[in-house]
Amino acid sequence: MSEEKEMITGMEAPMYLTYNFTAGGATTRFLAELRNGKLVGQECPKCQHVYIPPRGSCAACGVPTVREVELTNKATVQSFTIVYIPIPNNPIKPPYVIANLMADGAHQSFLHLISDVDNADVRIGMRVEAIWKAEEEWTHAMENIQYFRPLDEPDMPIDEIGRLKNA
Amino acid sequence: MRDIAIVSFAQSPILRDAGAQNEVELIMPVVSAALNAAGLEDVQGVDFTCSGSCDYLQGASFAFVAGVDALGAVPPIKESHVEMDAAWALYESYLKIKAGQADSALIYGFAKSSPGDLPFVLSQQLDPYYYAPLWADSVSLAAMQARAGIDSGEFTAEQMAEVVQASRSNAKNNENTQLKGDYSVEQLLAEPEYIAPLRKHDCPPVSDGASAMVICTVEKAKEWGLPYAVISGIEHRIESHNFGARDLAVSESVVLAAEKAGVSQGPIDIAEIHAPFSHQELIVKKALGLDDTTKVNLSGGPLAGNLMMCAGLDRIGEVAMRIIKGEAKRGVAHATSGPCLQHNMVTVLEAS
Amino acid sequence: MSSTESEVLSQAFELGFTYTRSTGPVVGRFLTELRDRKVVGNKASDGTVYVPPMEFDPRTAEEITEFVEVAETGVVKTWSWIAEPQSKHLLQQPFAFALVQLDGSDVPMLHMVDAGSIDKMKTGMKVKVRWAETTRGHVTDINCFEPA
Repeated sequence: MSEEKEMITGMEAPMYLTYNFTAGGATTRFLAELRNGKLVGQECPKCQHVYIPPRGSCAACGVPTVREVELTNKATVQSFTIVYIPIPNNPIKPPYVIANLMADGAHQSFLHLISDVDNADVRIGMRVEAIWKAEEEWTHAMENIQYFRPLDEPDMPIDEIGRLKNA
Repeated sequence: MRDIAIVSFAQSPILRDAGAQNEVELIMPVVSAALNAAGLEDVQGVDFTCSGSCDYLQGASFAFVAGVDALGAVPPIKESHVEMDAAWALYESYLKIKAGQADSALIYGFAKSSPGDLPFVLSQQLDPYYYAPLWADSVSLAAMQARAGIDSGEFTAEQMAEVVQASRSNAKNNENTQLKGDYSVEQLLAEPEYIAPLRKHDCPPVSDGASAMVICTVEKAKEWGLPYAVISGIEHRIESHNFGARDLAVSESVVLAAEKAGVSQGPIDIAEIHAPFSHQELIVKKALGLDDTTKVNLSGGPLAGNLMMCAGLDRIGEVAMRIIKGEAKRGVAHATSGPCLQHNMVTVLEAS
Repeated sequence: MSSTESEVLSQAFELGFTYTRSTGPVVGRFLTELRDRKVVGNKASDGTVYVPPMEFDPRTAEEITEFVEVAETGVVKTWSWIAEPQSKHLLQQPFAFALVQLDGSDVPMLHMVDAGSIDKMKTGMKVKVRWAETTRGHVTDINCFEPA
């Protein structure tokens, strides 16, 4: 056992596992409607919050959200960030805007892109609408919406974003 | 120190594939059933919540965080999680209550093993340098353990078949189980070996499902006016990850945990043993010091339906419910974790 | 509104973790020797020789520092027979997982045995290392064991 030889100090330990992901009931219904070009949330029977994308429960009340609520293409920017770093396997060229968007009538935001606007003009409270891809490209994915672009509407006050009307 | 009681337990049907339900949809019904059975409207009625699960089973990172959506955690709750069987979530909750930091707790576990290839997923929990690169699947390892026991005369293939026969037969009385029916030992032994010396029926099925439980101080159970089973002893012990350094034919850790939990301090009417493989029931039964006066795995046990990360909690829940229903006065529940019974917990439950 | 009565959506995917693990002096030494087609273990204070070497004595938790070379031959202590290997298994012909106690060691190690058929397998049988064609400092430098 010579002392001069190069000692092993690390070993490759790759681990690949294959799975078959199943979406579950609530997500399947959401994605099926998305494929038809519709944004459909689910409403809590107790607190009336609308979740999109739905997971099948009201996270606040812990009860099933059964009633489905179709939403429009309109949303409000709840928060956003400008991405300057290219992300591996992401075809979008930086800098681009990723935003937390609150669809009208919903009480939980989702992430999507904002485009057709100067990045510097994007702001919290800005009103936006979904621009869908051509119908023949629709699949079971949020990418059916290409991006959101500004609407010619006044900004929504921050404390009204995602609030229940009667709350 | 305050005595701790189990007041409710709820279990979902154990299915081969619960594809139609995501984590939230699996957890919500059992959590709400366990809370309601304890007379509680929602999770805000307990002081602490702890869950057990493993995200590698379904390959979804932070699935356990998504699971919190099933609870109703507004306003925020005190919550914790163990990447282990939910029996260890019960252990954490037990300590929390013993320490006086809570009077009651909700415990739940969920398993969605169907999306992955479970025996190989489990192979990656082994030592990452010497074992995991060999892709030694959980069934092949258990088969080595079975042979070690047969070779050393600890048990026989006939006794293993008897365990399966009893499991399938007992499972007929449990509407939640996956595998049940009437089989003779001869019939079982006539089946071909699968991963020798194990036959397919010596191995647990792959299962999806969830369970939930509410525990609290005895004072709280009385205040709530609920019947309960008292946890009179609970202890766990782990052995080396090096299979070679262990005697696989016996379970030193169960012997120690059973002694500390006080199993032998009174007669044991019923036992639920978390033995995913038939020979492991024989090893654990012997290590617990049980004789034939104890009825073992009346539920059918893990051979009839094996919720990874939940089957241990199920054992505790099964014993507790039978005591609450008056079917037994004193029982023992065993939970295991890791390959070849590496880590074992023993819980002794008594009627109030 | 009506929900679409469709089947539950599912999607096959592969989850990959491409870790490189630091081996430390004990595992690193074992792997270094494997690269040179030698098997080393280490000797605990009670004289027990562990192969593969362990960083700490599982009985006393003491550090184990004395390395010893052991033979390429050993004895099968227990085994299971994989009649139908799955795609993840490293051997694609029927084989055994086994605990093999190498001559000169006291604690058997987990590996595979390629004996061709279950009839050739027996607890207590002698086996020897079959080295990989190229060694790189990895536990699979031992391709498997074969009857000696």
